[in-house]
Amino acid sequence: MTEKELVGAALVLGGGPAGMQAALDLAESGYKVYLMETTPSIGGTMAQLDKTFPTNDCSMCILSPKLVATGRHENITLLTNAELKKVEGEAGRFQVTVTRHQRYIVEEKCTGCGVCAEHCPVEGANSFDRDLAPAKAVYVPFPQAVPLVYTIDKGLCIGCGICEKFCEAGAIEYSMDAEVDTPIEVGAIILAPGYEVFDAGRKSVYGHGVYPNVVSNIEFERMLSASGPTEGHVIRPSDGDIPKKIAFIQCVGSRDAQTPNTYCSSYCCMAALKQAVIAQEHVPGLKTTMFFMDTRAFGKEFEEYLLRAENEYGVRVLRSNRISKVQQDQKTGDLVLSYIDGADIGEESFDMVVLSAGARPPEMARQLAKMLGMKTNKFGFCETDELSPVDTSSPGVYVCGAFSGPKDIPDSVAQASGAAGKVAALLADQRGKLVTKKEYPEEKSLEGEEPRIGVFVCHCGINIGAVVNVPEVMKYASGLPNVAYTEANLYTCSQDTQKKIKEMIEEHNLNRVVVASCTPRTHEPLFQNTVREAGLNKYLFEMANIRDQCSWVHRMQPEAATKKAKDLVRMAVAKASQLEPLPQPKIPVTPAALVIGGGLSGMTAALEVARAGYDVHLVEKDKELGGHLRTIYSTLAGVDPQETLSDLKKQVLDHQKIDIHLEDTVEEVKGYIGNFETTLKSGEKIEHGAIIVATGAIEYEPTEYLYGEHPKVIRQTALGGMLAKGEFDAGSVAIIQCVGSRNEEHPNCSRICCSTAMTNALRIKREHPDTEVFVLFRDIRTYGFAEENYNEAARLGVRFLRYDPEAPPEVRADGNGLEVHVDEKFIEEKLVLRPDYLVLNAAVHPNPDNKSIAQLLKIPQNKEGFFLEAHMKLRPVDFATDGIFLCGLAHSPRLIDESVSQALAAAARVNTVLSRPFIEAEGIVSVVDEDKCIGCGRCEEICEYGAPVVEEVSPGVFKSRINEALCKGCGSCAVECCTRAIRPKHFRSDQIITMIEAALADKKPEQEVKT
Amino acid sequence: MEKEADPGEEQSTYDPKIIAFCCNWCSYAGADLAGTTRLQYPTNVRIIRVMCSGRVDPAFVLKAFALGADGVIVAGCHPSDCHYINGNEKTAMRGTFLTEFLEEAGLEPQRFKVEWIAGSEGRKFADVVKRMVDELQVLGPISEEGEQ
Repeated sequence: MTEKELVGAALVLGGGPAGMQAALDLAESGYKVYLMETTPSIGGTMAQLDKTFPTNDCSMCILSPKLVATGRHENITLLTNAELKKVEGEAGRFQVTVTRHQRYIVEEKCTGCGVCAEHCPVEGANSFDRDLAPAKAVYVPFPQAVPLVYTIDKGLCIGCGICEKFCEAGAIEYSMDAEVDTPIEVGAIILAPGYEVFDAGRKSVYGHGVYPNVVSNIEFERMLSASGPTEGHVIRPSDGDIPKKIAFIQCVGSRDAQTPNTYCSSYCCMAALKQAVIAQEHVPGLKTTMFFMDTRAFGKEFEEYLLRAENEYGVRVLRSNRISKVQQDQKTGDLVLSYIDGADIGEESFDMVVLSAGARPPEMARQLAKMLGMKTNKFGFCETDELSPVDTSSPGVYVCGAFSGPKDIPDSVAQASGAAGKVAALLADQRGKLVTKKEYPEEKSLEGEEPRIGVFVCHCGINIGAVVNVPEVMKYASGLPNVAYTEANLYTCSQDTQKKIKEMIEEHNLNRVVVASCTPRTHEPLFQNTVREAGLNKYLFEMANIRDQCSWVHRMQPEAATKKAKDLVRMAVAKASQLEPLPQPKIPVTPAALVIGGGLSGMTAALEVARAGYDVHLVEKDKELGGHLRTIYSTLAGVDPQETLSDLKKQVLDHQKIDIHLEDTVEEVKGYIGNFETTLKSGEKIEHGAIIVATGAIEYEPTEYLYGEHPKVIRQTALGGMLAKGEFDAGSVAIIQCVGSRNEEHPNCSRICCSTAMTNALRIKREHPDTEVFVLFRDIRTYGFAEENYNEAARLGVRFLRYDPEAPPEVRADGNGLEVHVDEKFIEEKLVLRPDYLVLNAAVHPNPDNKSIAQLLKIPQNKEGFFLEAHMKLRPVDFATDGIFLCGLAHSPRLIDESVSQALAAAARVNTVLSRPFIEAEGIVSVVDEDKCIGCGRCEEICEYGAPVVEEVSPGVFKSRINEALCKGCGSCAVECCTRAIRPKHFRSDQIITMIEAALADKKPEQEVKT
Repeated sequence: MEKEADPGEEQSTYDPKIIAFCCNWCSYAGADLAGTTRLQYPTNVRIIRVMCSGRVDPAFVLKAFALGADGVIVAGCHPSDCHYINGNEKTAMRGTFLTEFLEEAGLEPQRFKVEWIAGSEGRKFADVVKRMVDELQVLGPISEEGEQ
């Protein structure tokens, strides 16, 4: 390697959802990744959450598979418990030193069994549970931690040596050096250090830390979690009573001039609403009251969540409230606060108060900025540009997640993919150079062989062995049908046992392996890898969970537990006897992408895919590129969108790898991931491996407020145009918000209009200081740093008037001009305005073309007509159907930087498909027995992934065929199939029934069932 | 073999067996978490892991009862949490049908449960098992007449 050559590796700093996504995307695209995390486990703040909005998904349920996937990826090296010490070099080639703080436990030896913590006599506070629960001096932050390795907290440890005595793996080493430096070389750095939660105690008027029944939002979240300190029970910390009334105070440490944090933390309104809803589900009869300044439910389907909370759950929502203080009733511990309700001032007592603490920049922000020579904004968050939202000011260093400004999980994850995409483009010619591809011996044929099963029973130190009689289970296993070899191990997962398993497969000619130990959820891949190394197909392996689901949960019943363990082994052996090798066919990939839509998002995505080295077909129905961006003349951050547009257009037009199809649309799409064949209206046929949907949205054409009837009633884009062209001249302007959004037909918020209102209002005030500007709003939703612009507008004299949707403004016109009647809610007065212009901030509505595109690509839309992603939290730009991605306004209303983030993300996700010469299909898929299939199409109807397709195989004869590249192996279709023609591999009916039989072998023989 | 237990002995020796079908992503993880956090529950349950609760064919449930299971649990992700988008919705529909069917066939409703257990709900998993074992202890073995 010469001095100038780039390095095909990246350092990702921070192991939350953003960091993990960036790491996975890069690793999947052919780059080596070092994932550095300051705490002992990856997972970030998300691991502490109970549920996520707006779907109320269980946070750990969706996070845990991601943790495992990251932890076991062959191209990701985890550097946990670490910090960044030194960075030298430049974009493409950085020399980085990472300091790793020792765990005093050898990572390679620790099996995560937890015996050390069980015997540790020292208890301290559990920081993961916000100090609400005790933790031992040797600990894992949470049970699903990755890596599942214990850590000794030297601050707490008294050095008694008990854990060392009990650790059968010999993993504990007190005498390790406190820290060790690890030098690494990478081509790029992605910063994803997340954020800190504002210390609610600093806002002393609320009494956090003084009044026991005042808790912070993150403490409350732990309380709601089933695995938290109160096991999901909502109780008053002062007396353990179940609360009847809870108040939520918003904007604690955000939007607050008394703290340094004048910005909005963006996610707290929704997080608090979610907490109120979940708490009400936990405690029947609980009444919750939310004190908002504004409800900032601006994201996809957030407003509907707010409405559900209010109307279905009875959550009481009060606006325009900044609570000045909380007082405690000394006797009862109840909390009293005064608030505003319309023109009245009320005082009310609550059993508990939850403080919605906002986001602060991460602790390490300043140090990072210094070390990397990168700019932060005045609040200490990483500074980014509206049009390059993942670039820091330091070349080769990218940012994602809350470090670039407070944001929710999907926006963080999208930005993370975007950052990964940028790295992939930077290091494009180094792709695949530093990753390792494991080679396995050729699989042995089992043709004509009877099952010969090897059973390995694990003691797991004393975890299993102290409860279950392992030798007895082993002896029992040796008598089971088809078992050719048995063995007991101290730790079946240890390195030397892996070697032993391979040797025994060879020596005893074993063709199936059963391990009776812990859970397949964490250990199956390890053992599958071992049997593969011995030349067996990885699906010839089965596990019996005799630890997590036996010895650990039946500790006082050794005999019954041993009996159960025998049953579990018998069931596993029965299934193993029926296992078959499953092929994982390799599906070739056409290294090209189709991008539908040539607006900002489509062009950005196309350019990024092309830069990563793949051919792109960009299809735009209009005569020219640009989409909605053509109508925008200024933005909050002050960039000139028209200049941006012409610049971007030029780059797209000039790029050799982008083939532009103007005035053309998609007519037919055939195929699947890696192998699409698309026919355009022009007749042209395109072959490609992935698709990006970037069809944008439209600006609502109002039918209200005299729009289209009176020449002085205009939309925000027209106002923006007039201002940009110097054609604006007016003494007074009224702007009405939420026109065509947040109503019955379009219940959700259009997200961008509040920012647009500020952009235009500020421009008027700066250029025409004497012009009066009124903004008629329901909630001001200038989230994130846009809050600054709201404050500035107010400072410059823009007047904000709040109306209720029940009494919207009335507009009249006569010979003298316009008259706007407003029923102002804050001061409770009826006002009359006579503006020269009435500007309607019209909603962003879904593109009507979405419907036909949804049908062509078989992708879903939500109720409103925007496209629906695979998962609202963790897969924001993927469709459920593999190989198809989305970005920009086609997803939901969003600002320019958010569209660009998503476009970069979609490009990065496409890279993970196109970078591979072929895609290896899963072995666990369903297959159709065509002799039995009657072609009814039920499977096609219920499959969310478009895997089964009914085809006419001969005239009049229809058969279903399941595309193994698309099938996820859930097996639902097999149950729906009326002729039982579908066979889900690895979970075949006969395999499941043989397990049922084995489980009940000691029960009475099957009796005739009379009908 | 037909008559293996004397009714008088049942109270002390009746050891009901429960088959629990658990989806890989939520309920099986919940059962694991019960172990990780060392929650204790009776030994009567045998878990069969499936990728999705939507894989559980009503025939499996009937088969389990036919082979002598005293209770059957089908456990999946909470509504809207399904790893496969909506497999659990299918489970819910089949569960309703099965519950009615089994009741008509003479089985007590306590013997068959569809439960939503999240990966973070180790406690719930343990409680569901405990509750069913308690209920089965009260009910005793499935009576011959019941299986009409």
